[in-house]
Amino acid sequence: MDKSMYAIEVDKLTKIYGKGETAVTAIADATFQIKPGELVAILGPSGSGKTTLLTSIGLINEPTHGKVVIDGAMVADEGWTPGLDLKRLRREKLGFIFQHHNLIPFLNALENVMVALEINHLSGAEAKNRATELLISLKLGHRLNNYPTALSGGEAQRVAIARALANKPKVILADEPTAALDTENGKNVMDLLKKLAVENHSAILVVTHDHRMVEGFDRIFQVSDGRITSEVCN
Amino acid sequence: MNLAIRDIRYHRGRFILTSIGLGLLLGVVMSMGGIYRGLFADALTILNITKADIWVVQQDTNGPFAENSRIPEDIKYRIKAVPGVAEASPLSFQTIQIDRMGKPLRFFLIGYDLNGFGGPPVIMAGRNIRQKHYEMVVAKGMKMEIGEKIRLGLHEYTVVGITGKVVSSSGDPAAFVSLSDAQDIQFKKDNDAIRNDRERIGANLAGIQSLSPVQAKFLQKNISGITESTHTVNTVVARLAPGANLNEIQERIRRWNHFKPLSVEEQTKILTKGMIEKARMQLGLFRIILLVISAVIISLIIYTSTLDKIKVIATLKLIGSQNRVIVGMILQQSLLMGVIAYGIGYVLILSTYEKFPRRIVLEPFDLQMLFVIVVAICMIASFVGIRKALKVEPAEALGG
Repeated sequence: MDKSMYAIEVDKLTKIYGKGETAVTAIADATFQIKPGELVAILGPSGSGKTTLLTSIGLINEPTHGKVVIDGAMVADEGWTPGLDLKRLRREKLGFIFQHHNLIPFLNALENVMVALEINHLSGAEAKNRATELLISLKLGHRLNNYPTALSGGEAQRVAIARALANKPKVILADEPTAALDTENGKNVMDLLKKLAVENHSAILVVTHDHRMVEGFDRIFQVSDGRITSEVCN
Repeated sequence: MNLAIRDIRYHRGRFILTSIGLGLLLGVVMSMGGIYRGLFADALTILNITKADIWVVQQDTNGPFAENSRIPEDIKYRIKAVPGVAEASPLSFQTIQIDRMGKPLRFFLIGYDLNGFGGPPVIMAGRNIRQKHYEMVVAKGMKMEIGEKIRLGLHEYTVVGITGKVVSSSGDPAAFVSLSDAQDIQFKKDNDAIRNDRERIGANLAGIQSLSPVQAKFLQKNISGITESTHTVNTVVARLAPGANLNEIQERIRRWNHFKPLSVEEQTKILTKGMIEKARMQLGLFRIILLVISAVIISLIIYTSTLDKIKVIATLKLIGSQNRVIVGMILQQSLLMGVIAYGIGYVLILSTYEKFPRRIVLEPFDLQMLFVIVVAICMIASFVGIRKALKVEPAEALGG
């Protein structure tokens, strides 16, 4: 397969915190590729380095060594690519889903989705239309004007997913998206992510230690002590 | 979408309460400025209503507003005779405190020549003084009714008219009586004192062997006449004829013994620099302290509000928000708080300033300057929050 066909390419990605004797290798020589439409999990216990891997791919945490390519653009090669506008890339190419939805408490459901669109320079009217469409498609049409405190855990996570999808990103990075949900809501979220990966042709990389949800992924990378120790395809 | 407005809308209770608190503080700052201007206006009231060009006072004194100044009343004729002087009129001033309806009533009594000038500038109710004795016009600040009588010195005086807001340099409301009444109130001795004085003079003269009884009696009568005279005033004010040279007239009066001619400019300086300078500095210091307190409060509120939003800010950064969106949110909140608090303070002071015991003069320039200062304080105060917000790492949005 041609390299440009991957949404995420990671080659010998290494992240070391500190220097000299106090240096800690959080992730070492991680290498993998994810195609658009794939739903991939990084599974591992706490402290195994999975969040470091996610933040390095998410343009938050600068890799010490190795390469990261997002949607064909080299973003890191022995450190960030010079002249890179990380914020713009995050806005345009990445979507984030968090463990605790991270909705902005003083915005209602509709505004929480609109904010991601307006940050990406969409006009207010366009952002409102797109956000409304998205929320309706996620069966939240009746919750547009509700604040996060008035939403259930599953509804809030679906609003967060709508926000992540708002700018039609090529890559969605999810940090423990089901950890704060019960089994039923967690399964619903996984089903939704799977559906969206296929429909939107987005690569979805999920960091989790939630073994209840492993069945839904296309591939699973097992991480232990900063290294990818195995890869399982469903 | 304006994030600052959305946040304020969501936390409106907290925002309104904070703004009210700050508004009260700014209201106090405004009132301080108003009191300062009021001090200035009060200090110059009598100077302004008299409309005199020269104030002739006792030599080596700074006049009746600063210290004791006593000059003979008849010097008015000599001043009138100076070429260039259009008119001259004697004035008497004294601060009086009496009990009225069980409460102390303090006022500034002005005695003026009914045929001269320096009387009430305007009559708002009743009439001006017509009789030479026992009538008075009071400032509305004394809250007296027409027809009301009060006892001053040896006699009772009837209020016949109400004038406007005339106060002394210390803010006490003024009352006007005829010059002769004022002199009586200030200088006239009661019968016992007169009898005592006459007997003391008689006894002293009787001890002088060279005086015959007739001579002693004659001298006693004359000396008593001088000591019992009330024809003393605190100042004689003069208005100049058009084209008259102020300096020349001042120089001429200065050459006479025992008198000092003060120009309006000199009187203004004595009243403002000497008498209210310390109060002005005190008020200025209070204003600065209150503004610093306001700045600290705004900074703390914005900082704690930013701390409350760390996760929101991290999330915004993570989803690619530009720094200007975050800076704008904090700065706009700070400015809105300042502007709303200013508005609350302004409305508060505007609706209450007439009820203050001292005069509050709200100058548009002062209010505009304060607005600019409040805006500047809000901008500076928000820097603390902005600095904190800019240091937030997007990674803080991750995890529990």
